[in-house]
Amino acid sequence: MSQTYGNPVAAPHTTTTNSPARIMSLVMLALAPATLYGFWLYGWPAVYLWLITVGAAMLGEAFSLRLQNRPARPVLLDGSAALTGWLLAVSLPPWAPWWIGVFAGLFATMLGKQAFGGLGQNLFNPAMVARVAVLISFPVQMTAWVAPLPMFSLGAPGPLEGLLIMLRGVPPAFDAVTSATMLGYAKTELSRGIDLFESGLHAPALSFIGNRPGSLGETAAWLIAAGGVAMIGLRLITWHIPLAMLAGIAIPAAILHAVDPARYLDMGTHLLSGGALLGAFFIATDYVTSPNAPRGQLIFGFGCGVFTYIIRTWAGYPEGVAFAVLLMNSMTPIIDTYFKPRIYGRDRKGKPLQTTN
Amino acid sequence: MLMSVGSLAAMGLTLGSVLGIASRYLAVEENPIEAELQAMLPGSQCGQCGYVGCAQAAVALAKGEAPVTLCPPGGKATAEALAAKLGVKVDLSQVSDSGPQIADVTEEICIGCCRCMKVCPTDAIIGAAKQIHNVIREACTGCSSCIDVCPTEALGMVPIPVTLQHWTWPKPASAHH
Amino acid sequence: MGFLDRFLNTPSWGVHPEDHKRPAADVPLRLFPSPGRVFMPLHQHVGGAARPIVLVGQKVLKGQLIAEAQGNISAPIHAPVSGTVSAVGDVTAPHPSGLPFKAITIDSDGADRWLEAEPLADPFAAAPEEIARRAALAGVVGLGGATFPSAVKFALGKRLKVSTLIVNGGECEPYLSSDDRVMRDFPDMVVDGARLIMHSIGASEALVGIEDNKPEAIAAMRQAAVPYPEVKIRPVPARYPMGSDKQLIQTLTGKEVPSDARAAEVGVLVHNVSTCAAVHKAIRLAQPLVERIVTLNGGAIATPGNVYAPLGTMISELLAFVGLKEAPSRLILGGPMMGTPLLHDRIPIVKGASGILAFNAAEAFVPDAGPCIRCGSCTKACPMGLLPLEMAARIRVGDLEGAEAYALGDCISCGCCAYVCPSHIPLVQYFSHAKGELTAAERTKLRTDATKRLAEAKSARIERENREKAEAAAKRKAEREAAKATAAPPSPVVEKTEGASA
Repeated sequence: MSQTYGNPVAAPHTTTTNSPARIMSLVMLALAPATLYGFWLYGWPAVYLWLITVGAAMLGEAFSLRLQNRPARPVLLDGSAALTGWLLAVSLPPWAPWWIGVFAGLFATMLGKQAFGGLGQNLFNPAMVARVAVLISFPVQMTAWVAPLPMFSLGAPGPLEGLLIMLRGVPPAFDAVTSATMLGYAKTELSRGIDLFESGLHAPALSFIGNRPGSLGETAAWLIAAGGVAMIGLRLITWHIPLAMLAGIAIPAAILHAVDPARYLDMGTHLLSGGALLGAFFIATDYVTSPNAPRGQLIFGFGCGVFTYIIRTWAGYPEGVAFAVLLMNSMTPIIDTYFKPRIYGRDRKGKPLQTTN
Repeated sequence: MLMSVGSLAAMGLTLGSVLGIASRYLAVEENPIEAELQAMLPGSQCGQCGYVGCAQAAVALAKGEAPVTLCPPGGKATAEALAAKLGVKVDLSQVSDSGPQIADVTEEICIGCCRCMKVCPTDAIIGAAKQIHNVIREACTGCSSCIDVCPTEALGMVPIPVTLQHWTWPKPASAHH
Repeated sequence: MGFLDRFLNTPSWGVHPEDHKRPAADVPLRLFPSPGRVFMPLHQHVGGAARPIVLVGQKVLKGQLIAEAQGNISAPIHAPVSGTVSAVGDVTAPHPSGLPFKAITIDSDGADRWLEAEPLADPFAAAPEEIARRAALAGVVGLGGATFPSAVKFALGKRLKVSTLIVNGGECEPYLSSDDRVMRDFPDMVVDGARLIMHSIGASEALVGIEDNKPEAIAAMRQAAVPYPEVKIRPVPARYPMGSDKQLIQTLTGKEVPSDARAAEVGVLVHNVSTCAAVHKAIRLAQPLVERIVTLNGGAIATPGNVYAPLGTMISELLAFVGLKEAPSRLILGGPMMGTPLLHDRIPIVKGASGILAFNAAEAFVPDAGPCIRCGSCTKACPMGLLPLEMAARIRVGDLEGAEAYALGDCISCGCCAYVCPSHIPLVQYFSHAKGELTAAERTKLRTDATKRLAEAKSARIERENREKAEAAAKRKAEREAAKATAAPPSPVVEKTEGASA
């Protein structure tokens, strides 16, 4: 019996059942609890905004693929565009108008990812690129935060009303709802000369209940952290970047708060507010834009954390995660070049080991 | 306003002139390139490029007088390497790369005239008058000089056979078509 | 091993694919009945191919020398059956290209008559070189798959004063169990062979590394090694590629082999358990290497298990022996991680054939490759600490020197990176391609240098000939003029030339 088996196929002849789609789905699953909580907290406008942003991100990807004459369906099914849109959506103000979502979503996938060559080729985190672009272009809408108005509570908009809010903007009836985030409030008060003791901030531990306004990714801080730990447990990410980034925020915060408590926020507030936890677990750990080796990842994470703290404390914006991540993304190739893992049989510099025999 | 326009224009003119003068008087002589180009060529001095030897071809290439596709035995690989070195763009789609080839004697037709032996630049053909000639595979460079002089067309170019030791895996197809 | 033990001792490198060794490993060893015809290749080892010394029509006995070793690194070939040599020709090589190589065809007479030979009476009293010499004459090569001539390794070990022999009972590849069966069924042979090798290289101890997914083999080897305290059985965590010699050396001794050195330079020498058994047979029984245990496994095989078969047996006959449930979707020589894909089954088994896998469609399915998402799973899995994603990115755009700068030469082609890649990128193929291209470029460079030398030699020859012709012409002219000056009539000149030609 003689039979041919086609063209030579290289070893290995077996592989795991993993796939990019599986990885993206698990990350989205880890984000889901926080997102659903945010939906409940901010009501229908947030749901619609999320839908529009994710939809725009996927539309941008499909359009870019069409321009390249490539079939869109297989690429969209790998879930990376949806995940980019999701991360973007949870970093926007929950009651932002629809066109912010559309602009940001299209920007993220078209200019943040496909323009570089698609999955795996971009230098900067697409969600953060889009968020920064929208923040700089439309600062008014991007800093219009609302206090939480849980979905079925008195005065909260119903589904149709929520749709109208998203489409037409926040009507005067909800003016009392607009408010600032904790970091924004602290910065504004400090710039007015009122120090932290007087501005009477609430205890940061209550952030998770949602007493203070923020984006979907900010308010449910503990749920985000739980999702992040779950991802580490599932081996989607390692502990290096999250720990390093949180250390990069916590250490300067603790030191400076000890030096001058009236001027500098404490470590707990910093860690639980803004996009610190979202950034540490979901954004800075993006595979494509972060270094490959453990030592490089620690440096990258720490840099993200330190930059976040610097921008929050001394720069013009109250929230620094997006800028910090982009700055460190630009350093990733250099970090990768200088911090490679040690090769078996070679020393740290790459020279062969000396024989002792 | 006139002040600002005038001052910027004056700066532009001055700096532009400085750059122009520098490019003329501080230009670097490019000569080591000839040796590098010559190293890239096969070195069999076969003359198919029209120049006497590989050294002269390198000089012509360095001056820009010869195209990078001048060397048939070098094939596409040499043309690409030369183009990269000289920084020229070249359309290689027309260059037929038949792959490395060597000469082969069809023994039944060979009359032993020795004309091929005289033109072979590396002495790759063995034989004597009125004896059948043969090509030493390892010494043949594929320059085809012998093909033209053979009166009976006993010499032909054949592709170098792939052996078990020389076979390599092809590059996998990329995901992006 | 307890949970904590496993947690602390399991290395971070490598992968842990599904075993698939059982039930094939537990099935008792089957003897393959003598084949009607064997095709014994001449090149079954690293180094120079053997040179045939038999003629077509010659009658040979089992174990008779049919091809001599050529050169310092080579091995002889012996007849695996008794019978008549019917041809010396081409047979398809077990190689992905499907190209042929030379083999000697022997038609078996069915008698399986061994050549009478004198075993070494007291090997431990003999000189160490004698053991190496007999192993070389018996054609013993590394049976783990590397097929390096063992005697050359013994000589190297002796020269570098190796003190520890590592016996490799790892067999980390999924599906394979030939080493497992050797250890379970012939542990005394393995231990004796190990001791013979120790004597040959002057080592003081032997560490037998066996993966802990083979408890029966560990028990059998422990039993066999009881009288010999210098042979120590060391179970190691089951993790691919634990059987790779660099990784096994590090796990058993903690030493790391420098990237530009051989294992012997750190005081260890590694030999496979089957090689040890072959050495035992060569020395104690005077039987050269003509048979081996081959694992036949895979979803398409009806009765998977281990078969003791003569070398040179056609794979198609082995598959018929164990039976096929369906037409295999892929045929592999070796394991699934590093095995050679075969284009058809008309290929003989060779000394390095530890297993034949016949995969069904489900096992052979590999999804289409996607783009690299730079997740770094490959880096975590690589046992050598390389960056496969960076090397592949450079090879993809043709920057082979860049890939070399990332230590492409240190890659052992174990396949861990491609195994874990979520996008199923054929990373090992990229590296094999690049290594092949770089070797070809080296060869081209050597050829160019040789061409230049030949061209110069030819110009020198032409110059020399022209010079000699000119000198001879000048000399004749001078002689003629001298003769014209001294002689009066022309006839003496004629006589002179006639005399010269006589």
